[in-house]
Amino acid sequence: MMTKRNMWLLAGLIALILAPLGQGNYVVYTLCSWLIFSMAAMGLNLTLGYAGQISLAQSAFMAIGAYTTALLTLPPAEDGVGGLGLHWLVAMPISVFAAFVVGLIIGFPALRVKGHFLAFVTLAFTTLTFLVLRNEDWLTGGTYGLVGMPRPDFGFFNTGKQLRFYYFTLAVFVVFCLLMWGIIRSPWGRAFKALRENSIRAESLGVDTRRITLLAFAIGSAAGGLAGSLVAPLVQFIEPGSFALVHSLKMLLMVVVGGAGFFFGPVIGAGVVILMPEFLRFTEGYYLMIYAATVIVLIIFCPKGLIGLGEIIRNKLRKDKKVRGDMDKGAQL
Amino acid sequence: MEQFFQVLLSGLATGSIYALAAIGFTLIWQAAQTVNFAQGEFVMLPAFFLLAGMHFLGMPFWMALIFGLLLAVFVLGFLFKRVLVDPLLKHGGLSLIIATMALAILMKESVKEFYSAEAQPFPEIVPNGSWDISGVIVSLTDISHLFISAVIVIGLQLFLNRTRTGRCMQATAQNPGVAEILGVNVKRMVLYTFLINGVLAALASFLITPVYLAKFSNGEYLGLIAFIAAIVGGFNQIRGALAGGLLIGVLDNMTATYITAEYRQAVPLLLLIAVILFRPQGLLGTSEGREA
Repeated sequence: MMTKRNMWLLAGLIALILAPLGQGNYVVYTLCSWLIFSMAAMGLNLTLGYAGQISLAQSAFMAIGAYTTALLTLPPAEDGVGGLGLHWLVAMPISVFAAFVVGLIIGFPALRVKGHFLAFVTLAFTTLTFLVLRNEDWLTGGTYGLVGMPRPDFGFFNTGKQLRFYYFTLAVFVVFCLLMWGIIRSPWGRAFKALRENSIRAESLGVDTRRITLLAFAIGSAAGGLAGSLVAPLVQFIEPGSFALVHSLKMLLMVVVGGAGFFFGPVIGAGVVILMPEFLRFTEGYYLMIYAATVIVLIIFCPKGLIGLGEIIRNKLRKDKKVRGDMDKGAQL
Repeated sequence: MEQFFQVLLSGLATGSIYALAAIGFTLIWQAAQTVNFAQGEFVMLPAFFLLAGMHFLGMPFWMALIFGLLLAVFVLGFLFKRVLVDPLLKHGGLSLIIATMALAILMKESVKEFYSAEAQPFPEIVPNGSWDISGVIVSLTDISHLFISAVIVIGLQLFLNRTRTGRCMQATAQNPGVAEILGVNVKRMVLYTFLINGVLAALASFLITPVYLAKFSNGEYLGLIAFIAAIVGGFNQIRGALAGGLLIGVLDNMTATYITAEYRQAVPLLLLIAVILFRPQGLLGTSEGREA
C-alpha cells in the first residue's frame, strides 16, 4: 500500500539520487552542503519549531563536530597540528556525542529560566567557541584552521570522488531522517509536539516541560555535531570563520524560511539558503540583503514559512476543504 | 596605580556609552516584550547617517549631527515600530525576535554595499587632550563621554519619573492592560519608547564611533555588549542596564590591560553565563519582574 505521502517521499528520494548525475563537481558539492545543512537545520527545528526556543549555537555545535572529526581522522603529524588517524565511523559517533553533551551542559542553566535566555547563552557560547578555535592554535590550527581531512573509505566504497561522497552524504541523510522520524513519533517526540501546540496544557498533563525542552535542544545539538562531522571531510578545510555567529543566524533563518515545526521545512529552507546564491549570482553583493529582506517580508506575511505558504495557497484553491476552523481560534488562546 | 586609575576611567567612559545602548534595549523589552537583536546595528547605523549627511549632502558637522539624530529617530524608532514590530507582535515574540535578526543582517549588508566595506574615520565630537592629575593622565574625551552619558541617563530618569508622559510610559511597561483602563494611550506610549530607543542608539553611536571608526560590522560586538549589560544588570530596570554597562566597560578594559588581550571578548560572555546560571534576574534585578 502506497499512501500519497510515501509516494511523494519516494519521488523526492529518486530526485535526490538523480540530481547529481552528469553535473560538475561544483554542483555536486553544493548539493552535498545542502544535505548537510538540512540535517543541521532539522536538528535546530527540534529546538525552534517544536520546543519554541531560539538557539544561536548550531554553528558552534557544527564546529564541535567538525573539529572533533578532523582531529580524530587526520593522520598523526610529525610537527604542527596532527590527529589520531581514526576512521570516520569511529570519529562520527564521538563527535555527535560530544555535541550532545555540550548541548546538555549549555542548555541546562538557560532553560531553568523562563524567557529567551537560551538565545543569549547560545549567542555567548558561539562567540566563545569562535574565540577558543581562533586562539588555541596548538589544537585547532588557529586562524589557519585544519586542512586535508581524509574522506571515509569503506573498503568497497571509497568516497574520495565528489559524486561518491554525495551518495555517502545522501545515505547518512536518509538514515538521519528515519531516526528523526522515529524520535518525533516516540513518546519524547509526542511531548515535543505537545509543547509546541500548547505548552501550558502539556505541562498540566504531566509533561516535564524543562526536561523535554532540554532534550530537544541536546538532540538538535547532536544533529549539528553530525553535520559538522560531514562538513570536515566534504570541504577538507575548516577554520573558525566557517562557524561564526552569522552561520548560526543563517541556519536559524533556514528553519524559519522553510517552516518551523514542519518535518521537512528545514530541508526546503536550507535549499533556499544554499542554492539561492547560485541563482542570484548576478546580484553579487546584494544577495544577502535581498535574502534578509525576503525573510522579513515572509515572516510578516507568512509566519509559517514556505511550507505554510504552500498550505495557504492550497486552501485558497480548494475552498471547500476547511480543516477545523476552530483550531485557528484555539491557537490564539 | 596610576595606570589602574586610567584604565578604570576609560573603562567607565566606554561603559557609560554601552549603558546607553543597553538602556534602549531594556526599554524596548519592557514596552513591547521584544528582544531586539538588531540593537547593535541600531548603534552602528546613525554614525553612517551623520557621515552621509556630511559627505553626500555637504552639511556642516553640527547640522549633520542633528540630521543623523532625526533620521535615526525616524528610521530606528518610527519605521522600525510601524513596519516590523506592529505587524509581527500578534504572531508572538518568536517571529519578531527572528525578524530583528534578519533586520540586523539587512542593515549590516546595506551599509556595506551602499556606503563602504572599509572603516571610515569619524569626527570626534568631544574635545581631545588630557589633564595630568598627580601622575594620572585623565583623558578629556573620557571625561566628556562620562559626563554626556550621565546627563542623558539623568535626563531620561527625570523624564520617566517626573513627567506625566514618563509615568504613563512606566505604567504601560508594567501592565499595559491596567494602564489602558486608566486612560493611558498605550499605543502612543509604546511608540514613544521606540523613539527614545532611537535617540539613545543615535547618541551612543555618535559617542562610540570615534573610538572604533565607523564600520558596517561594528554592531556585532556592540549588540552583544548591550545584551550582556542589560542581562547582567537586570532586565527589568534602567539602573540595571546602567550598572551592567559600566561593569562591562571596566571589566573589558581591565582584562585587556592586566590579563589577556586574546580572550578580552570572552570575559563579558563568561560573566553573562555566570549571571544566567546563578542570578538570572540580574545583579540589580528583582525576580518579581514580568516574565516573558
